[in-house]
Amino acid sequence: MKADKLVYMANQIAAFFRAQPAAEAQTAVAEHVRSFWSPAMRRDMYEHLRAGGEGLDPVARAGLETLMEREAPAGRTSGASG
Amino acid sequence: MSLSREKDYGTPLRGDGPIVTLTVDGVRVSVPAGTSVMAAASTMGTQIPKLCATDMLEAFGSCRLCLVEIEGRRGTPASCTTPVEEGMVVRTQTQRLADLRRGVMELYISDHPLDCLTCSANGDCELQDMAGAVGLREVRYGHDGERHRTVAKDESNPYFTFDSSKCIVCSRCVRACEDVQGTFALTIDGRGLGSLVATGGPDFLGSECVSCGACVQACPTATLNEKSVIEMGAPTRAVNTTCAYCGVGCSFRAEMQGDKVVRMVPSKDGKANEGHSCVKGRFAWGYATHKDRITKPMIRAKITDPWREVSWDEAFAHAASEFRRIQKTYGRDAVGGITSSRCTNEETFLVQKVVRAGFGNNNVDTCARVCHSPTGYGLKTAFGTSAGTQDFKSVAKADVIMVIGANPTDAHPVFASRMKRRLRQGAKLIVIDPRRIDLVRTAHIEADHHLALKPGTNVAIINALAHVVVTEGLVNEAYVRERCDLADFESWARFVAQESNAPEGVEAFTGVPAADVRAAARLYATGGDGAIYYGLGVTEHSQGSTMVMGMANLAMATGNIGRDGVGVNPLRGQNNVQGSCDMGSFPHEFSGYRHVSDDATRDMFENLWGVTLSAEPGLRIPNMLDEAVDGRFKGLYIQGEDIAQSDPDTKHVTLGLRNMECVIVQDLFLNETAKYAHVFFPGASFLEKDGTFTNAERRINRVRKTMAPLAGLADWEVTLGFASALGCDFSYDHPSQIMDEIAALTPTFAGVSYAKLDELGSVQWPCNAQAPEGTPIMHMDRFVRGKGKFMITEFVPTDERTTQRFPLILTTGRILSQYNVGVQTARTRNNVWHDEDVLEIHPFDAEQRGVRDGDLVAISSRSGEVALHARISERMQPGVVYTTFHHATSGANVITTDYSDWATNCPEYKVTAVQVQRTNRWSDWQAEDRASADLMRRVEGRADAAE
Ligand code: SF4
Ligand code: SF4
Ligand code: SF4
Ligand code: FES
Repeated sequence: MKADKLVYMANQIAAFFRAQPAAEAQTAVAEHVRSFWSPAMRRDMYEHLRAGGEGLDPVARAGLETLMEREAPAGRTSGASG
Repeated sequence: MSLSREKDYGTPLRGDGPIVTLTVDGVRVSVPAGTSVMAAASTMGTQIPKLCATDMLEAFGSCRLCLVEIEGRRGTPASCTTPVEEGMVVRTQTQRLADLRRGVMELYISDHPLDCLTCSANGDCELQDMAGAVGLREVRYGHDGERHRTVAKDESNPYFTFDSSKCIVCSRCVRACEDVQGTFALTIDGRGLGSLVATGGPDFLGSECVSCGACVQACPTATLNEKSVIEMGAPTRAVNTTCAYCGVGCSFRAEMQGDKVVRMVPSKDGKANEGHSCVKGRFAWGYATHKDRITKPMIRAKITDPWREVSWDEAFAHAASEFRRIQKTYGRDAVGGITSSRCTNEETFLVQKVVRAGFGNNNVDTCARVCHSPTGYGLKTAFGTSAGTQDFKSVAKADVIMVIGANPTDAHPVFASRMKRRLRQGAKLIVIDPRRIDLVRTAHIEADHHLALKPGTNVAIINALAHVVVTEGLVNEAYVRERCDLADFESWARFVAQESNAPEGVEAFTGVPAADVRAAARLYATGGDGAIYYGLGVTEHSQGSTMVMGMANLAMATGNIGRDGVGVNPLRGQNNVQGSCDMGSFPHEFSGYRHVSDDATRDMFENLWGVTLSAEPGLRIPNMLDEAVDGRFKGLYIQGEDIAQSDPDTKHVTLGLRNMECVIVQDLFLNETAKYAHVFFPGASFLEKDGTFTNAERRINRVRKTMAPLAGLADWEVTLGFASALGCDFSYDHPSQIMDEIAALTPTFAGVSYAKLDELGSVQWPCNAQAPEGTPIMHMDRFVRGKGKFMITEFVPTDERTTQRFPLILTTGRILSQYNVGVQTARTRNNVWHDEDVLEIHPFDAEQRGVRDGDLVAISSRSGEVALHARISERMQPGVVYTTFHHATSGANVITTDYSDWATNCPEYKVTAVQVQRTNRWSDWQAEDRASADLMRRVEGRADAAE
C-alpha cells in the first residue's frame, strides 16, 4: 500500500495510545499493527521506515521500529512474510 | 382460519408473582397472581368468548361478552378485567351467561354487514367465531350495518385497508397503536353507537401511522385487513422464521398458500419482538419475488461485455479457474472474500472457510467493517466480548436510558417500541445526537436531556460526562473495586478529571452547554439502573472505537454493567451483523473472536479442516480496495454486499473494482457492485433457505425455508459449489451440519444445535456447558476478560474539518421505511413513504444560500459531488446537513471521504465537510452513472435485464 496511507493510519493509532506512558504506548502501537495489518502492509511500512520514515509521529515511529526489529531485522528484507 | 393460529390467552400472561389456585368449571387451576380469570381459564383450555380482549393488550372490559359467574360475588363480572384470587370458584357456562352473551352478540351483529361469505376475513374473523361460540341464531333488531355503510373504505396504505363499515369499535386497534407500537395514531371519535375509529389525518397514509401492522394484527374483524389477504385469500400453512432486515431479528410466521407468501405475521413467542413488527418485516417482503431477481448464473470476460447466462457448473468452473489463475500470476494474497450480514451464520461461516482454507489466506472481511467493527474492538478491549451486554427485555427494567448516535424509532423500530413503553412508564431519557431524532419528543415521551453535539465530538462529550462522575464523587467505588482493574481505573480517573475534559472545557467545540452535560451525568450516575443504547452515530467516526471504550468506561464507573436494566448495547444495522462477526468474518479472527495467530485455535481448525492455515491477519475491505488501486489485489468474491453503493468514497471503491480481474458478486439483484463484476452467482432470499441469524442481543434465531430457491441453489450451496470447483473438500447436506461444525470449533457456540433451537425457539450465546440454555445478560459476576478494563480515551478531533470551501458538516442516517442501500425495500411499495433521498438543511443555512424547500442542490466535498432535492428542517442544527443513502442514484457515498476509525478502519460516514448550493442539473457522477448503468447490466439475448 502507499506509504502516505500507511503513515496516516499509523499516526492515528499512535494518537490513541499517546495518552499512555511512552513505553506502553510504543508497545501498544506495535501490537496493534502486528495484530491487524497484513504482512504486505507491514512490509511496505518497513520499507518506508528504512527510507527515513517521513511523516511518522514519534510514538508511531518508535513502536514500528521495535516491531520491524522483531519481525524483519536489518539485513533480512523479506521479513513479515506470512 | 384454515391454518392453526397462535393461541390467544385474552390478556397478557404474568410471569412472576406468587401462585394462586382457583377452580374454573370444577377444575383446579394454578396461575401467578395478577393473571386474569380469562387467561387462567385459557391456560386450562377453556376459551371464554371475548371480543375486546387479546393477550397483546391489557384488558379493556368494553364488550361484555366475557362475563362469568363467581361464587360469592354479585352479578356477572367480565373475566378479562377480573384478576384471579386464591380459592375463587368460577363458572364460565351457565344458562344466564349464555343468554347474556347472545344478547350482546345480537347487538353487535345487528350493526354489522352480513356479507360473511364474500368477506376477506371469512374464516379468520373473531366476530364470526363468537357468533358461533355463543350460538347466535336470530337477530331481532334488523342488521346489515347500515349505519356504517356510508363511510368509504380507506385504501391509502399500500399494505392494508380500513373498512369502517365492519368496525365493532372494540378499540383493540387504538390500544395496539398506543401500547404495542407507541405511536398514538388512532382514536375513537364520537360516542355510543355513533363512535368510529379515526386516524387524525385525512386517511391512514396521511396520518402519523408508521404502518407497523399492530392494529391490523389486533383487529378481530375485516375492518383492518392485509391487501395481500384480500387479493389472495386465506393462507393455508405457516412456517416460523426470522425477519431478514434489521438487527432486532423479529420472529415471524410466514403464512403461505403453497409456495407463495400471503402475509408475514409477527410471532408472539418471538423473544426479540414478542408479537410486534415494523413495516419492513411485516409488509416489505415483495422484493423476494420481484421481477428484477436474477435466477441464472452469468459470466463475462470484461465489465463492458454483456452478461452471458451459463449453467451453475460452468459458472463455478470459470470463477475457480480465474481465481487460481490470479493467484498463480499475482500471488496467493491477491484474492479475498467479503461475507454478508444479510446471509445466514452458516453461509457466512462457509465463505470465510473458503477464503481461509480454499484461497489459503485470511483476506476475508464483512460489511460490519463499515458499521460496527469499532463495537467489536471497543467492547472486547473493555469487557472481553465483542457484543452487547443485555437482552432486549432488559430495557423494561432500566431507570435511565441513554441513546447515543442511534435513531431507534426509524432504524430499530420494534426495539424502539419496547423502549418507548418503558419511557412512558417513567424511565428517564438522555439523547446524545446532533439531530433532533423523533425520540427527543414524541407521543407521551420527552427526553430529559438532549445533548445536540457537533458531529465528530462524541469522545469529548463522553469524557465530559465521565469527568462529572469522577469529580463530583459519583463513582460506584464498591463496584469498581470488586469488578475492575484498579490501576487502570486510577489512571483513567486522573485523565478524565483534567480540566480539559470538564464540560466547561469542551463546550466551545461540542456546542453542548456545560450545565446540560453536568445534569445528564448526574442523572445517569444516580438515577437508578442506567442503560446505554447506541448506533452508527457512535461507530462511524475516526474515533469510533475510542467512543465505544468511552461508553464502557462510563458504564463501569457507575456500576451499570452485569445485571438486568443496565448495560452497553449496540443497535446493529443489518439483521446478521452480530452473526457475521461471530462467524469469523474478520481478517484477523476465527469464529468466536480468536486471533489467527493463536496456535491452539489454529490447530483446532487445521485438524478439522485438514489444511494448513495462515497465522497472519489478512486485508480489511478498505485495504483490499487500496491494494487493488495499487495493482496488487485482483480477485474478490462478494456475497450479498453492495460495496459500490454502501462503502465510502465511491470513486475510490469503483476504481479498485475496475482494477480487479475477477469480481464475483452473489446477490438477489444486479446491484451497483455487479456493474464491475465478471461472475454473477444468483443468491436466494431468506424465504428460500434454512439457517440462523443472530440479532443484536446475541440471540440465535432460526430461518426456515418456505419455498425452493428461485435460482435452484441456496447461498450456502452456491459457496459449496464454488469451493468444490476450487478443489476444496467440503461436504454438507444441510445447514444444520454447518452449525454443528461451528459448535465444534467455537466455545461460545458449543451448545448450539438446530435441535436445541427447535426446542427452545432461540438461544443467546454464549451457549455451552456452563450456560446450556444461553446467556441473556453478560458479565453478571465477572467480566469475560476477568477485570473490567478502563482505557484512556483522549479526544482527537477528526481531520475532516470544515473550511471556507466546505463550510458545512454532512452526516448520514436511515429512515424507517427503507433499509440500508435499498436493494430490497426500494423494490417494494415502501417507496410511497420515501422515493428519493433528500438533503435536510437548517432554514438558516438554506436562506444564506437562497435554497428553498424542494430545490435541487449540489452537495460537494473533497471526494465528489452529487445533487439531491433539499428539505428545509429544524431537526438539524445550523451548520449541519443530513441525508440518507437508500437509493443508488443519489450516490451519497460519492461525497463521503476515506477517513476512518483509527483501530478498525470503519469509515467516517458521519462527518464530511461539504458545500451546498442551488443547481439545475444532476452531478457529473450521477449523469455518468445513469448512462453506464444500462450498458454494464446488459444480458445477452434479454432486453429487460437492465431495468
Ligand atoms: S399500523 Fe401501527 S402505527 Fe399505523 S395505526 Fe396501526 S398500530 Fe398505529
Ligand atoms: S378497526 Fe378493528 S380493532 Fe379497531 S375498533 Fe374496529 S374492529 Fe376493533
Ligand atoms: S424491527 Fe427489524 S427485525 Fe423487526 S420487523 Fe422491523 S426490520 Fe424486521
Ligand atoms: S373481552 Fe372482556 S369485556 Fe371484552
